[in-house]
Amino acid sequence: MQIGTDTTEVAPAKRLKGDVVFRYLTTFFAFSILGILALMLYEMASESMPSIKAFGWRFVSSSEWDAVQEVFGALPYLYGSVVSAALALLLATPLSIGAALFITEIAPKRWGAVIAPLVELLAAIPSVIYGLWGVLIMAPWLQLTVQPFLIEHFGFLPLFQGAPYGVSMLAAIFILMIMVIPIITSITREVLLAVPQSQKEAAIALGATRWEMIKMAILPYGRSGIMGAAILGLGRAIGETMAVTMVIGNAPNISLSLLSPAYTMPSVIANEFAETTSKLHGAALMEIGLILMVVTLAINALARLLIWSVSKSAGGAT
Amino acid sequence: MMRSMAFRKTKNHLMTLLMLTATVAVLVPLGLIFFHILKMGFSSLSLDFFTQIPKPTGEEGGGMANGMLGSLIMIAGASLIGLPVGIFGAIYLAEFGGSKVSTSIRFAADVLSGTPSIITGMVAYTLLVVPMKGFSGLAGSVALAMIMIPIVLRTTEEQLKMVPGSLREASLALGVPLWRTSLKVTLRSALSGVLTGVLLAIARISGETAPLLFTSLGNQFWSTDITAPMAAIPLQIFNFAIAPYEDWHRLAWAGALVLVTIMFCLSLTARYFGRSRHNG
Repeated sequence: MQIGTDTTEVAPAKRLKGDVVFRYLTTFFAFSILGILALMLYEMASESMPSIKAFGWRFVSSSEWDAVQEVFGALPYLYGSVVSAALALLLATPLSIGAALFITEIAPKRWGAVIAPLVELLAAIPSVIYGLWGVLIMAPWLQLTVQPFLIEHFGFLPLFQGAPYGVSMLAAIFILMIMVIPIITSITREVLLAVPQSQKEAAIALGATRWEMIKMAILPYGRSGIMGAAILGLGRAIGETMAVTMVIGNAPNISLSLLSPAYTMPSVIANEFAETTSKLHGAALMEIGLILMVVTLAINALARLLIWSVSKSAGGAT
Repeated sequence: MMRSMAFRKTKNHLMTLLMLTATVAVLVPLGLIFFHILKMGFSSLSLDFFTQIPKPTGEEGGGMANGMLGSLIMIAGASLIGLPVGIFGAIYLAEFGGSKVSTSIRFAADVLSGTPSIITGMVAYTLLVVPMKGFSGLAGSVALAMIMIPIVLRTTEEQLKMVPGSLREASLALGVPLWRTSLKVTLRSALSGVLTGVLLAIARISGETAPLLFTSLGNQFWSTDITAPMAAIPLQIFNFAIAPYEDWHRLAWAGALVLVTIMFCLSLTARYFGRSRHNG
C-alpha cells in the first residue's frame, strides 16, 4: 500500500533517474567480478614473468630448487601434486560411487535422509582440521602400524621401500581421499537422483535384479555426470593446500616409494611465499601458482561441462 | 545365453554387499575425525581458551581469544567487500543481464570459486601487502572476500530467479520504479534464501587458512589494527598443530572444536532459513 502512495508523488523523470543510477550501480558490481578475475590472471602472469623469462620450459622439467643459487625447477612439486591427487582420486571414486548408489538406490529412504546431509556437512569441514587430524592422529598410526606392515609384506615392491616416517606421500593420498569423498559422493548422488524413474522401472519390469537395474539403467545414464563429479574432486585435490602441507613431509623428492616424504605445488607456495629470499624466488613461486590456476581452471571447466550435459539431458527427458 | 537366476541373484547380493562396504569405508574415517575433534577438543577446552592469548613456548595454558577476535574482524571486513558485490551482481544478472554478458559473469564467478584458495592469498599479497609494505588484516579480508563473492552471487541469483514474475509485474504495474521493485519486492521476498547463501559463505571463509598465510600472517598478541598482522583461529590451529609441543596440540584441538561448532551452527541456521522459505 505504502509503495503505491509513495510513487504517485514521484515525478516520472525522477523515477527514471533512480532506475538509471540503480542500473549503473548493479552493473558496476557485476562487472567488478569480471574485473577481479582479470586482475587475478594479470597479476599472476606479470608477477611470474621474471621466472618464465629466466627458465622457460626448464622450469617444469628441472628438479633443482635452490634459493641461494637462484635456480628454480618445479618438477618435484608437479610430480607430487599429480601423483597425490591422481592416486587419491583412484581410491576415492569407486568408494564414492558405491556409497552414492547405496544411499540413493538401496538404503531405506530414511537412512539416505540422514547420511546425505551428514556427508554434505563433512564436505564443509575446513581443510586445516583435516590436516590437524592427519598430522596428529593418522600420521602416527601410519608410522606405527600401516607402514611397517607394508614394508614387511610388500617391501619388495618399489612402492613401499624406505623407512616409515608417518608423514609421507601415502599420508597425503589418504587425507586427500578422505577429503574428496564427500564431494564426489554428494555430486554423484545428485546425478543419480536425476535419472528418470521410468528408466529404472523399465529395467525392473524386464525382470532385472537390482544390480542389473543399476548397471543397465542408472550407470550409463549418469556416466558423464559421475565422471564430472570425479574430475571436480580432482580439481579440489590438486588445489588442496593446508591438509596436504601438514602431512606430506615437505621434501622435494621424486621417489617411486609412497612411504617417502614429498612436496606439492600448493605446499611449496604455503611454506615459502611469505619468506622469499629474492625477487626471482617470489616469481618462481608465482609461476607455480599460475600453473596451478590454469590446471584447476581446465579441470573445473571439463567437470562442469560433463555435469551440465547430464542435468540438461535429464531436464529434456522429463 | 541367459544366466541362471541363482547366479544373478548371488551377483546382486554380492554387489549390494560391496556398496554397503563402500558406504562403511566412506563413513568410518569421517566418523573418526568427528570423534577425535569431540574427544580431544572437549578435554582441551577451558575458559582460558576464550579469554587468553597464546602463551609463549614452554608456558602452560593460554587460549585463542585474539584469534577469535581477528577472525571476526576479518570476516566482517570480507563481508563488507564481498556482500555488495555478490548481491548487487546477482541483482544485475536477474534484472538486466543480457544473455552473453550474464554468461561471462557467471563463468567468471565459477572460475573464481574453483580457484585454489591459496591463489587468492597470493593475489592479495601482490595487491596489498607489497604496496603497503607489510602483512595486514585488510589484505586477509580482501583475500577472503574473493572467495565469498562467487558463493553469494550464485546463491542470490538462484533465489531471485525463484521469485514469481507476477509479483514483480504487479509492483511495476502499480508504477513502482524498477529499483524499488528490485530491492523492496524481489530481494525482500527472496531474503531468507539470500541470507542462507550469506551464512554459508561466512561459514566457508571462517575456516579458510591458506588465503591468510601471507596476507594477515597471524599475530601472537591482541590486535584490532587492520593495517597490522592479525591473528585468526584457522591460522592458529595450523601453527599449533605443526609445532612439536603437546600443549599447543591441545590448543589446536580446542580451536578445531570451536571452529567446527561455529560452522555447524551457521549452516544449521542457514538450513533453517532455507526451510522456512519453502514452507512459507
